[in-house]
Amino acid sequence: MNSKRYVARSTAIAARVLGDETMVMSAVNSTLFTLDEVATVIWESADGATPLEEIVANKICTQYDIPQEVALKDAEGLVEELAGHGLLLLSDKPIAQSTTAPGESQ
Amino acid sequence: MNGLFAEMTAKALKMNIPLSVQLDLTYRCNERCVHCYLDHHDHGEMTTAEIKNLLDQMADAGVFYLTISGGEILMRRDFFEILEYARLRTFCIKLKTNGILIRKQEADRIKALGVESVQISIYSHVPEVHDAITKLPGSLEQSIEAIRRLRAHGIQVTLANVLMVQNANDYVGVRALAAELDAQFIMDPMITPMMDGDRSILNLNIDETALREVLRNESLTGASIEQSCAPPQGPDADALDMLPCSAGHTACYVSPYGDVYPCVQFPLPSGNVRNTRFVDIWRDSPQLKEVRSITLRDMPSCSKCTHGGTCTRCPGLAYLEGNMRGPSSQDCEKSYARTGIPSENLKARKASSQPRHSLQLVQIQGLQPAARSLASSFAESSAVSA
Repeated sequence: MNSKRYVARSTAIAARVLGDETMVMSAVNSTLFTLDEVATVIWESADGATPLEEIVANKICTQYDIPQEVALKDAEGLVEELAGHGLLLLSDKPIAQSTTAPGESQ
Repeated sequence: MNGLFAEMTAKALKMNIPLSVQLDLTYRCNERCVHCYLDHHDHGEMTTAEIKNLLDQMADAGVFYLTISGGEILMRRDFFEILEYARLRTFCIKLKTNGILIRKQEADRIKALGVESVQISIYSHVPEVHDAITKLPGSLEQSIEAIRRLRAHGIQVTLANVLMVQNANDYVGVRALAAELDAQFIMDPMITPMMDGDRSILNLNIDETALREVLRNESLTGASIEQSCAPPQGPDADALDMLPCSAGHTACYVSPYGDVYPCVQFPLPSGNVRNTRFVDIWRDSPQLKEVRSITLRDMPSCSKCTHGGTCTRCPGLAYLEGNMRGPSSQDCEKSYARTGIPSENLKARKASSQPRHSLQLVQIQGLQPAARSLASSFAESSAVSA
């Protein structure tokens, strides 16, 4: 497991938070996905600059009663699946990409 | 409607979120289609900055599906600036265009900006017929070239085929053209009134025999004829509590001038984004609240009609006839064409010998105080007479 993985939302997607879920559609094949509450936290934190391990430690483990090791393993599985659908970008280095919407703070 | 989409729509309905918006950027157009319901003059379109601000507001309000339409959207010089901004706000973007201004450079940018799909109106596979409808010589050839360019980029394209007397039998050819271009095909057999309420273009509608043929063609409707044309059983208790459609419930329409309506086909002025925040109009507009309050049970004629549970009644067309709680005669005609059984409304009209398309003319205007009270008075008075 590589704990220094960086994740960034793809620019080729449509996405909107709906309550505690997020709707995401791949622009590649118009497939619609929904992310649950925990996945939404990871999705919204995927800024390309924050390591996944840090997102899990600061945004997941502080809000949900999940051991860090378990949460990180689940998060790794999630981001790999989303990357497989072209919704997220993964890298061992920070991802220098503007995925921030106008008016949205990093 | 697929399962996940239906699930998210139900959630949006519960949370009062406008999941889908059609935004018309302009009513200007390079075609002059004989059946068009718009006034093509520019009466003060929103500026680029106003539209960007509106896109921010719509994203914050939860809008996911954004249909950008017109008029011809590429008539705006800032079209790609707007599209780029919409992409940044992560909408699922669909475009409606005639494609005439989409050349290689434009197709490249549409691809790069992750547009979900493009809908292009094709009236006939025969150039003389299509061009006579658009009143633009060479328009079919140019639209087809645009479709080829978009498809070459892998962009999903839908050919929209509106039927009228001029092209009543050409849906077969247009569907074959769509297959040849590896594009989707949709067909609409009804011409609708102009947005100002003028019903004169309804004379272009195909006749009853042609409508029956289309609605009973399984390969066109995608529905089993046995089911869709079966004698209706009348609405049950569940049907009486059904909502008419998504207009005003999870969807709305914004005109180039910032006017908000429940739907492009439902011109009930509900607010203007130039003086009220989009989300405030969506949540608090008395007009949208009224639209949301109406179920089949509240419709005096339709709730008693044998077609009530199966009719595709459009509340906007009913509104254009003078009463948003009343029947939409065009949908009554569709139900009759499908099943051979007249609706309560058609029976009443026959009894009073009211000719087809001769209904009350409703003049709809932008959201001026006078128009607002005009619309309200129509709704109230018509409810009494229905």
